Order: sequence, then C-alpha cells, then structure tokens
Amino acid sequence: MAVSTTSAPITYATRVDKVGVRYQIARALRIAVVVLYAVISLIPVFWMVTAAFKSRPDVVAIPPKVFFEPTIEGFISLLTKRVLLPPGMMEEYKQRTDLNFAERIMAERGQRITGPSQYGQRLLNSVIVASASTVLSVLLGVLAAYAFSRFNVPGKGDLLFFILSTRMLPPVVVTIPIFLMYQQLRLYDTHLGLILLYTVFNLSFAVWLLKGFIDEIPREYEEAALVDGYSRLQAFRKVVLPQAITGIAATFVFCLIFAWNEYAFALMLTSERARTAPPSIPTVLGTGGIEWSAIAAGTLGFLIPVIIVTFALRDYLLRGVTFGALRK
Amino acid sequence: MQLTRTQTARAHSRRSLTDVQIQVLFIAPTIILLVLWNIFPLFYSLYLSFTEFSVIKPDVPPAWIGLQNYNKLLNDPRIWQYFTLTGRYVVITVALQAIVGFGLALFLRERFKGSGLITTLILIPIMMSPVVIGLFWKLIYNPAFGIFNYLIGYSVPNSGPDWLGEASRALWAIIIVDVWMWSPFVMLLCLSGLKAIPDYLYEAAAIDRASPWFQFWRITLPQVAPLLLIAILFRTIEAFKTFDLVMGLTGGGPGDATELIAVYLYRAAFTRFTTGESSALAYIILVIVIAVSNLYVRSLNRIRGENH
Repeated sequence: MAVSTTSAPITYATRVDKVGVRYQIARALRIAVVVLYAVISLIPVFWMVTAAFKSRPDVVAIPPKVFFEPTIEGFISLLTKRVLLPPGMMEEYKQRTDLNFAERIMAERGQRITGPSQYGQRLLNSVIVASASTVLSVLLGVLAAYAFSRFNVPGKGDLLFFILSTRMLPPVVVTIPIFLMYQQLRLYDTHLGLILLYTVFNLSFAVWLLKGFIDEIPREYEEAALVDGYSRLQAFRKVVLPQAITGIAATFVFCLIFAWNEYAFALMLTSERARTAPPSIPTVLGTGGIEWSAIAAGTLGFLIPVIIVTFALRDYLLRGVTFGALRK
Repeated sequence: MQLTRTQTARAHSRRSLTDVQIQVLFIAPTIILLVLWNIFPLFYSLYLSFTEFSVIKPDVPPAWIGLQNYNKLLNDPRIWQYFTLTGRYVVITVALQAIVGFGLALFLRERFKGSGLITTLILIPIMMSPVVIGLFWKLIYNPAFGIFNYLIGYSVPNSGPDWLGEASRALWAIIIVDVWMWSPFVMLLCLSGLKAIPDYLYEAAAIDRASPWFQFWRITLPQVAPLLLIAILFRTIEAFKTFDLVMGLTGGGPGDATELIAVYLYRAAFTRFTTGESSALAYIILVIVIAVSNLYVRSLNRIRGENH
C-alpha cells in the first residue's frame, strides 16, 4: 500500500498559469457567479422558512415582508386539530382562564384546539422507513456494484440494463399490481412494506452510481492486498470500502432524500399506521383556504433532518475522490 | 517456515469464499428483490394491458380484448400531442439542467474559502419534497400575491403575467421549477467526476501551452462525460415520468397545456379507473423510455471504451 505515500501533490498555486492577474480575475468572477446562483436559488427556500413563522395575512402580503412579527401559529396549526368557534361563543371562550399558550394563540384566530394532529406520528414513520430502506439499499447496492465492477459476471450487460430498467416504469402503474400483491402478503400499510418498496426503488440508482465510483478505484490496490494474503472479502472490506466512502456517502444521501420525500407510493400503499409525512403535508388544509404557514412549518420540520444528514456527510460528498494517483 | 506459510494459505482459502461464490452472494439479493418487486408487477400489468378491467370493479374479472387498448391509444391524436409535449419538456428541461449543473460544477471545482458551504446550500432544493415544492411554487407564481412577479419587476399586484394560468407560459413555469430543483443534482455528479481528473493531465497541457479551450474539450469534457451522461440519463428518465410536480403546480392545465403523458396516465388510472387501458399506455411509455435509455447507455459505453 505504498501508493498513498507519494510526495506532496503539486498545488494549483505553484503552477505558472495559475498566478497571473487574468487568472485571479477569472477566479473572482467564478466565485461571484456561484454565490449569486446560491442566493437566487435560495430565495424560495428562505421565503418558505420565513412563511413558517408568519401570520396568515403576512404570508400573502405584497410587497413581501422580510421583517415581520414572528408567530408560531403555523406550527400549532400543523400539530393540532382545531374547530372554528361560532362567533357567539368566541368572547366567552377567550375569557376562560384555563387556556394554555397554544390555545390562546389559536383563540385569537377564532379556533379551538380539539386535540393533537397525527403529524408527529407520521414524521416518526418517515424516520423509520427512510433510514431502514436507505441503509438496506446502500448495503445491497455496494455489494452488487462491487461484483459487477470486478468480476466478469455472465450476462453482465443485460443484468445491469435490467437493474436500470426497473426504474423506468411509471410508478403509477406498478402501484396497481403491488397494491394487490401487498394485500395478499399483508404488507399493506406496514413499515416493512414501504421499506422494501423504497429499497427496491433505490437499488437501481445505488448500483449504477456505486459501480461508477468503484470502477474508478484502481484494481492495483486490491491486487496488492491479495498478494499480501488478504482474502477477497478482506480486500473488499479493508481496501475497497474505505476507498469508495465518497461514493457511498453520495449514494446514501440520494437514497435518503428519495425515501424521505416519496409521495405517490406512500399515498397509495398506506392508510393509517404506516403513513409517512409527505402525503400528510398537503392535506393540512385549513378551515377556509390553504394554511400556507402550516404547510411551510410542516415542510421546514420535514426538511431539517435531511439538511442535518447532508451537512454531516458534506466532507465525504465534497472531498472529491482521492484515488487519482493510480488512474490509468 | 515455507511449510507453515502454505498451510496458512490453504486454511485461509478454505475459510474464505471463492470468487464465484462472492459474485452470487453479492448480486443475488439485489436481483431477487428486483424480480419480486418489478417483474411480477411488470407481467401483471402486461396482462392487464390486453384486457378490459377496472380496479374499482374487482368483482368483474379482467376480460381479454387483445390489442384493442393499444389500437385505441395509438390512433388517438391527443396521445400523440401529449407525447410531443412531453418530448419537448424533457429535451428543454434536461438540456438546461445539464448546462446549469455542469457550469456550476466547473465553477466550483477549485476550492475557495466557503466553497463547501456554497455547494451544500446550492444542493438544498433537491432535498425537498416535489409535492410540497409544487404547492409552494404555486403560491410563488400567484399573480396577486406571489413573489416571483415581484422579484422580476412587477411590483404592483396583478400587473405581471399569470404564469400558471396562461397556456403559453405554464410549461415554462414548470421547467423553471424543475431546473431550479434538479440542476444541483447534475452539478454534484459532475463535481465528483471533475475532482477525479488527475492534475497531471492539466499540468502536461500547461507545459504544452494548450489553450484553456483545448483543455476543456480534450481533457475536462471527455473525462467527465461518463458521470455527466449518468446524470443526464437519470434526469431524462425522471423527466419523462414527471408527475407530482405538475400535479402540485397546474394539474395539467390550463386546458391541457401541461398535460404531460404521466399526468394523463395518472388520470386514466386513478380518476377514470380504466386500468386495462392505462396499463397499455404505461407499456408504450416504457418502450419509449427503454429505447432512449439504450441510446444513452450505448454512448456511455462508447465513451468509456475510448477513455480506457
């Protein structure tokens, strides 16, 4: 394993063509463009995040309010079930002294809280389904990708194309037979049913993406390990896996995002016990009009876990691939 | 000493798996899962596509009608119109995503202070749920109180265009959202491709005084091409099936200006419940997608072959 200890890489700064004024200007321009892009593309996100803390009139105000009085009524609407108070009872209800914080806020809007909504349970379902299926598809994906990358599997091209083709059928139609199958197997409205379905759905992507990454790892590394007395499995675990970690992290993030956000299957294959959050958010329709701040609050609560994972894996995602040294 | 080493090696090989066993063990679970969850539904749908059947009438068994569903669909001018519309949408949106994504990757490949943060921030749109994004952009595009028109210069409510309400703009409105959402995906894959290009190629080019233009066409592009093509392939397949975004934004309207084929299919399968006919349509879509993907995979293999 002497390859990793080559002399320090030549940095860009030492190269003649990378120190001139023209290069510096081009670099500044490049940075300006990406920063500008990031800012523009984040406007809708920023607007959504602020909408979660806005009151109802503020959400639809023109010109858009950047500064506003924050309120958590969006979150309360998301987490509770409410009924509209008849005008006659409103004053009486507001006078009551046993109201808690949330009930007071909603009383101002003429609504009475009747109980918690199912959003918390659905978020928990999302966590279970998304994490289990992501781990499964990355695990199975990396095994298959390694085998396809390193061995002359019989019918390799056909098998790979088969794996890819499973991603092509519009989900709307796969759902009908799967629905019938799940009812027979008692997998309808279960965590396991959704986990397996998402795993299968992500597998094709995981295999293809990971194969691309593993193809790039020079065989010389493993061959050296095999000569040193490692078995294939040991070489796979101790040499290939650490080298493929960037690809594994990238695949992990993509599979997680898909499973976390999936909507159509969850809508059609679950009802109460296993329903995940995405089909629940659009149904947060208020009494009279869409409750934008509740939807924004739901989206925000839903977005945060994914952002945390992506930030945690950021270094792997962005470190780039370290195996340029031995590339053919 | 010699002896013990051979013995260890032999013991080792007995305990460890042969290459063939590893292949089977590594590939079989994936194939089995895919067969169970895809081949069965695939054949069942194929069968249904030759029948008259509706899921809301489970008592009436599927009645075999041969090729009638296909005949009807292929002779329907509206279907062709929706396919053309979908084709236009796919070409425009994937091309824009490839250009924007690849451009961003080129600009981000050299690290600068905060480049990691900027990259992560740019990636945020792909982390969001398409349904919710559709809902939100509907509000953003709203001519009365949406911020889109406000930001592009129509500060008076209702003075700007109604993006989702005008037939000529609605498709572009969807394309804008799709490009906003998915360009970062192309960027991320290109970025990992770019970072894998060995520096010595550029160093050699710099010594030869090759122009940046030459470096781009002869080093950067061919080296990134495999990952760029994979990104384009996945985006093409997904764009062909675009459904939840359109449902959130326009529901196919105004009229049928944004009736992409997947939306039409959804309506056939789940509002009109013509299960047999929708299965046939799904098969027509599948054949087209497979044909297009085949072209991609071939050019991918050609590019890989040239590189090695």
